[in-house]
Amino acid sequence: MGSGSSPCASCKLLRRRCAKDCIFAPYFPPDDPHKFAIVHKVFGASNVGKMLQELPVHQRADAVSSLVYEANARMRDPVYGCVGAISYLQNQVSQLQMQIAVAQAEILCIQMQQGPDQLPATHPSMVDCDVKSLLLSGNNTSDFGDQMPQFLSYTSSSNNIIQDPLKRESPWT
Amino acid sequence: MYRFHKLGKMTSTRCAVCKYFRRRCPPDCIFAPYFPHDNPQKFTCVHRFYGASNIGKMLENMSVHQRADAVDSLYYEAKCRIQDPVYGCVGIISTLQRQIQIAQSQLAKAQAEISVLDANFSVAEPVLSLGEPLVQPTGVDHGPDDPFSTWFY
Repeated sequence: MGSGSSPCASCKLLRRRCAKDCIFAPYFPPDDPHKFAIVHKVFGASNVGKMLQELPVHQRADAVSSLVYEANARMRDPVYGCVGAISYLQNQVSQLQMQIAVAQAEILCIQMQQGPDQLPATHPSMVDCDVKSLLLSGNNTSDFGDQMPQFLSYTSSSNNIIQDPLKRESPWT
Repeated sequence: MYRFHKLGKMTSTRCAVCKYFRRRCPPDCIFAPYFPHDNPQKFTCVHRFYGASNIGKMLENMSVHQRADAVDSLYYEAKCRIQDPVYGCVGIISTLQRQIQIAQSQLAKAQAEISVLDANFSVAEPVLSLGEPLVQPTGVDHGPDDPFSTWFY
């Protein structure tokens, strides 16, 4: 049971006796009923209980936090939930990678123009150093690309294609 | 849902949901368009975390043209949860946020280097001018009401 004789938020919502070994009590205190209400609405108390039972005790708090996060995302966006956030963040990563590539190409360009041991400044290719051509020639020296795991991209295209997430590299293993 | 057998006889093909629950699949079954009988894994995966009842309520509360995407996103989240029972797809969000921070830092570093090179070039060759840098300082400003608040674990 929760603190003292007060039932936990889940037992309060489900109107049942809060047992001493209630699996929900440590994570759904009675002073935050909304937390359980939203998880129950999206996942259902029974499913949440099963998920927690399958986890070691020291991982349950984090699991509950992530479930609450997902439930909140689903309430905010009933169609895409967390997947909408993933898509948005992936786009941001792509944009930043592009900006980094452009910046590094520009650095290379400037260095080529400044470098005394490079081709003469009167050489037309050096005077008219073209960042775009550098990018297209694959002179991107960014090391970020080496670190970037390949995530699947979720798009809300009309043909509803989602790649299998199990095919991607797992960054946390 | 009924289909014509090649010999002209009608056969019933229940959707994966109705097959799972061993019940008749009505013509207006809300699950049938999204859980075909030839992909039972899709429903068992989603049912494991959300439950058929909750899925049905979610679908009922949205317009028909949104339901396919909703089912696909639920399936994706369920698969993420199977792969990572503690963090699910929130783990992916966390990793992406970290990578955005790294990328922003790298971009700022590159832009600073451009500024230094530009300054050195201007001092060395006052006649030449590279004009405005191609890359303007940008950040990923989520604003004060960022719905995807940083998740760290």
